[in-house]
Amino acid sequence: MMRKQAHKVAFLGLCTAVAMVFAWVESLLPPLIAAVPGIKLGLPNIAIIFILYRFGVKEAAAVSLTRIIAVSLLFGNPMTMAYSLAGGFLSLTVMAVLRKWNILSIVGVSVAGGVLHNVGQILMAMLLLDTAELGYYMIVLAVTGTVSGVFIGLCGGFAVKRIHTKKM
Amino acid sequence: MNQNDKKPTAAVGGGRKFKNDVIFIGVLLLVTVTLGAAFFLLREEGNAVTVTVDGKEYGVYALSEDRVVEIRTGDAGEHLNRLVIRDGRAFVETATCPDGICAAHKPIYRDGESIICLPHKVVVTVIKTYEGGPDVIA
Repeated sequence: MMRKQAHKVAFLGLCTAVAMVFAWVESLLPPLIAAVPGIKLGLPNIAIIFILYRFGVKEAAAVSLTRIIAVSLLFGNPMTMAYSLAGGFLSLTVMAVLRKWNILSIVGVSVAGGVLHNVGQILMAMLLLDTAELGYYMIVLAVTGTVSGVFIGLCGGFAVKRIHTKKM
Repeated sequence: MNQNDKKPTAAVGGGRKFKNDVIFIGVLLLVTVTLGAAFFLLREEGNAVTVTVDGKEYGVYALSEDRVVEIRTGDAGEHLNRLVIRDGRAFVETATCPDGICAAHKPIYRDGESIICLPHKVVVTVIKTYEGGPDVIA
């Protein structure tokens, strides 16, 4: 039993590291549209959605939280941490609910997660910057979030299919 | 679904889920486009127009009071665009420019809308200022 637990903790730690590397790699990519910050692939979500499907909400939340705090401390600032936490929380909540309902495939769940991640970040930005005029970002980010969500969902699906965690 | 039952999570899903995905994404994009269109159409009303001639500011006029502004341009002021502000909207009533596009333009009142007279290099743009108006933001 202990052994199993240790296996799981080690594996989740590995996933956290992978998510962090994904976040770092993503930060190296040039912005797609300079006028609208926040358009991202959301690569770390491959790891998060994989854990959500393989282990559960608790594990996914733990990895997501650790990943966000670590990445913000390493490469970001308190502002980016606030944005990421808002986006990550909203995104994971919705993905967990949709997974439970079992009506969408991993791709649909990932799309919802991608879009809600952007919604969370914009809500946080509205709160911090005290401006409602960021609403138009949402329209662009909803579309890009959908596209990247499909990509991330497909990647996550492959990961769930191919990476075996039977011992845990 | 059945063919996926053997797999640990049936994550990638069967035909039914794929169909749901397509519907979900379709609805999502439809809502986004609708919101975008609404956002564009329901832009906030402005409260003033700014007039520029050849990029230089010519004047700023509040939309709240009716007036007529004769925008004279050209070396000797021989070109004329008669800008009319009435009932909170601005339009070009008459113009001596050859194409008359500016005079045919519908009245403008939403923030960001503009009437442009290319031959006279006149641009009338609705703006939203907070100075001196009744809607001063603290």
